[in-house]
Amino acid sequence: MVNLKEVTMCYPGADKPALNELDLRIEDGEFVFLVGPSGSGKTTIIKLLTGEIRATSGELDVNGFDLQRIKRNKLPGLRRTLGVIFQDFRLIDNKTVYDNVAFAMRIVGASGKEIKQRVPYVLDLVGLSGCEKRYPPELSGGEQQRVAIARALVNNPSMIIADEPTGNLDPVKSLELMFLLQKINELGTTVLVVTHEKELVDAFSKRVVAINGGSLVSDGMDGYYSYEIE
Amino acid sequence: MKLNRIGFLIKEGFGNIFTHRFMSFASVTIIVACLLIMGSFTLVAINIDAVITELEHQSEVMAFVDESLSEKKARALETELSAAANVREVKFVSREEARDNYISQYEDPTIFEDIEAKVFRHRYVIYLDDITQMTETVDAVRSISGIADVNDYSSIEEGFVTIRNVVSAISLALIVLLLVVSVFIMANTIKLASFTRREEIAIMKIVGASNWFIRFPFVVEGLVLGLLGGGIAFGLQWGLYDLVNTRIMTGLAAELFQVIPFQVLLIPVLSIYLVIGILVGIFGGNIAIRNYLKV
Repeated sequence: MVNLKEVTMCYPGADKPALNELDLRIEDGEFVFLVGPSGSGKTTIIKLLTGEIRATSGELDVNGFDLQRIKRNKLPGLRRTLGVIFQDFRLIDNKTVYDNVAFAMRIVGASGKEIKQRVPYVLDLVGLSGCEKRYPPELSGGEQQRVAIARALVNNPSMIIADEPTGNLDPVKSLELMFLLQKINELGTTVLVVTHEKELVDAFSKRVVAINGGSLVSDGMDGYYSYEIE
Repeated sequence: MKLNRIGFLIKEGFGNIFTHRFMSFASVTIIVACLLIMGSFTLVAINIDAVITELEHQSEVMAFVDESLSEKKARALETELSAAANVREVKFVSREEARDNYISQYEDPTIFEDIEAKVFRHRYVIYLDDITQMTETVDAVRSISGIADVNDYSSIEEGFVTIRNVVSAISLALIVLLLVVSVFIMANTIKLASFTRREEIAIMKIVGASNWFIRFPFVVEGLVLGLLGGGIAFGLQWGLYDLVNTRIMTGLAAELFQVIPFQVLLIPVLSIYLVIGILVGIFGGNIAIRNYLKV
């Protein structure tokens, strides 16, 4: 669960705050689109949720972690409850598909037996069975993003945060990816998708949170939003 | 901490050496070059110091006994001479021995075979503890009753002391300078190596890796590269030293400049090279990734 209460974020040297007393609550199991123009504060929200930066003021709880008071050595614990997917995939090019996914499990101290059971299952879930021994540069953009999703899923996180996950994909692959994220959501994982692709938002009747200038401008259910996505 | 995690991280560290083989090669080369430059200069300085120490050790003061004293009375002066300050060793040389020594200096001993011992004085060869105090010691020996004269080589000894001081100062300055340059070069090489890995570190952080989990393979990698660099530098240093000793320091050069055998320096040089290599590897690796761990 995510709970932001009057969160303000001011970057040093900036004229105005990136986020201005923002309130946002996401319940467990929800599927949420976060939309807004460039510079609206979307990336700042993701950085706050993953503990990369600390808010200037306000209250911020993510999966039971109080991010305003969290100690630096507790951040890995927070990040293990999250699966983060980026537009540029962020895979380790010199590791195979299998190792890229297994690596996330090794970090949490999973045994070799657990890894051997879980990784093939997750790769199958994202439709990459048979690609275990291939390296990221040998895969298409869509396949690489699936590897990133498999890595995000492998430790069974309670929430997936996808930052412009379809930015590097063609419309068909983008749609396929969104269906995959929907499937993951149906299995019980909270999903937060940051995007500015109107077609995708319109194609899925989900909760849409729109921000602009660091403030919430719209929060509607079933695909409703009172905001013009650029 | 589970053993399989440690095993995985060690394997990662070794794997990284081969994955980033160009940077590994560059790091080892830099460590080897810096150690060789500093080591060679230090070894030259050690040898110069040893030669000067040996020359100092051989320095002697010759005290001549009054001609009027019999050999028995002359020998009796030994106790008083030995008790003088800064005297390490006293050796009595009789007139006859002095004559024999004199004759033996010439290739044809028959030239001076008729020379009588009475033209020589009984004498003492006096070895000192500290040659910087030679003038004071010579004065003290000269004041002993029964000593007629003392050969004073203090100006030569002062020359030795000056040479030693100059060599020490230059050596120290150059070693410090080379050390600073080496650390700078090594730090930059490691920084460059870690810069290429910043994306990898960022990925590890985002999937929840703790700092020690990220750092451990770097430490293993640094340790192995440092050991490798230290070992290679040691081998090359040995070869270089032996080459200089056997090929260049021959004939007159060898007589003038007695090089310390490398076998004598083997353990200290090996230990220092390995320790420096390991320290540079581990600390360099740690310092280099420190900035990327703050996310």
